[in-house]
Amino acid sequence: MNIAKLTIPAVRDGLLGKQFSAVELTTEALRFAQDENPKTNAYLTFSDQRALAAAARVDALIAAGQPLGPLAGVPIAVKDVIVTKDVKTTCASKILSNYLPPYDSTAVERLEAAGGILLGKANCDEFAMGSSNENSAFGPVRNPVALDRVPGGSSGGSAAAVVQGTAVVSLGSDTGGSIRQPASFCGCVGVTPTYGRVSRYGLVAFASSLDHIGPFSRNVADSATLLGAIAGRDPRDATSAARPVPDYAALLGDSVQGLKLGLPKEYFANLAPETGDRIMAGVEVLKKLGCEISEVSLPHTEYAIATYYILCTAELSANLSRFDGVRYGVRSPNSHTLADMYKNTRGEGFGAEVKRRIMLGSYVLSHGYYDAFYRKAQKVRRLLTEDFTRAFEHVDALITPVSPFPAFKIGEKVNDPIQMYLSDIYTITGSLAGVPCMSVPCGTTAEGLPVGMQILTNHFAEDVMFRLAHQFEKAGGFTA
Amino acid sequence: MKLTEENVRYVAGLANLTLSDQEIHQYTADLSGILSHMEKLNQLDTSHVEPMTQVLFAGQENDSLREDIEHTPLSNDVALANAPLAGAGYFKVPKVIER
Repeated sequence: MNIAKLTIPAVRDGLLGKQFSAVELTTEALRFAQDENPKTNAYLTFSDQRALAAAARVDALIAAGQPLGPLAGVPIAVKDVIVTKDVKTTCASKILSNYLPPYDSTAVERLEAAGGILLGKANCDEFAMGSSNENSAFGPVRNPVALDRVPGGSSGGSAAAVVQGTAVVSLGSDTGGSIRQPASFCGCVGVTPTYGRVSRYGLVAFASSLDHIGPFSRNVADSATLLGAIAGRDPRDATSAARPVPDYAALLGDSVQGLKLGLPKEYFANLAPETGDRIMAGVEVLKKLGCEISEVSLPHTEYAIATYYILCTAELSANLSRFDGVRYGVRSPNSHTLADMYKNTRGEGFGAEVKRRIMLGSYVLSHGYYDAFYRKAQKVRRLLTEDFTRAFEHVDALITPVSPFPAFKIGEKVNDPIQMYLSDIYTITGSLAGVPCMSVPCGTTAEGLPVGMQILTNHFAEDVMFRLAHQFEKAGGFTA
Repeated sequence: MKLTEENVRYVAGLANLTLSDQEIHQYTADLSGILSHMEKLNQLDTSHVEPMTQVLFAGQENDSLREDIEHTPLSNDVALANAPLAGAGYFKVPKVIER
């Protein structure tokens, strides 16, 4: 058994074929992950006890001849913005560095109910704010493919763990590209499902109208299985969708012959040359599979960055007001009045990017600017969403690059927030429209840096997206 | 759009953030640059567009409601366990009222 290359079906086969027990696999997975972690800093916390207890439950099921859940025995990393009962959840922030949640998020509850093993918590940008994982209070994550480069962000640790082989699959969160961009930079599959497809109960809120939870994996089928296990209505999240969850993994083999795919011309204008070449080579693979390719237009794309950074900072400035040193987290010791305690706790506890965004959000919501910025952006969000509605009247899916360029060097963009924000251009639009979208590996540059292809489909058409990605991966030989 | 350091200090007050002079200086430059980029939205006429606050899907009227079943909330002890300072079943904060 090569622990770094396991897939969900391989774990299942190994357990049922008695090649290893769940406890043996978990013990080995924890040892391997802990040994390898210094290379990338992908994990912040390991949850050994909880993992071994969950593994023992899987072994008990096997011994009793009971049916196993779809994730039985699978070692999983969970981004540290998703709460886990009695397992430290820091949001990669100093202000929550000692937080032990008193409850589990629905996503984690469901992955454990399906037999999944929580190995530990994955590093990320502080409160999921960043595109490079350099904003973690506990040090950056390094890209396992090229250790001097960023893994992308904000779910950098979740992507790195899967590519490094220290988790079979992982969960991340995506508000403007935080799953797809690190998946493309590290060379794995990363999926942002339809808004509301996965409950956000227990996801520490960043921008509530944009936040999603979604899977990372080394192949498309594993993401389909993981999403199937965590998706669906949750009474504790009123925004979760009351729609049945298809068996995504069972539908992967259905034909993609005759599917209509659109290439939005606005997404191909400013690409690094090798990124453009890889994506166009990928489009050829899709053509050979029998898909019909046409050019389409999403005319408001150029307004997406401004729209997104107004809406997300406005929402986060409100959501992060709960971190005030009263109910949880670290309190500044140097204050004698309540007002000073709030201000000092937040000033000392938040990192530079989080404070920059709280300032921006507070500004665009402040008296006299609300209509000019916030309300204006809400209107443009509708225009951007209507671009997608119109496109999906003509095509089944859109094919685009995930990022204009491959992984950049650690430190390269850290002093230029606008350049950092602009790197999110192709992922932000799907987040604003709430459509399902994913990154699937699409080859590498001459230097060996992964390039990700983005597939977007209409609301709740994850089945079409997975099917395309799976057959693309097989035909192109792109499995990580 | 050019912000002054005074504007930024005012916003820091609204956001309950203690910032150093160095941070005020940095954010004045950063916010001015970012807000200038955001003014790009003024190129669009949106006078007849309804604001979009959420991604919404067609569904049943009661889809977003849960069953009216009682469930046990966190106990007082558990809710206080993460508090930096607690006592007598309450969160404790520095004195609010001056004597």
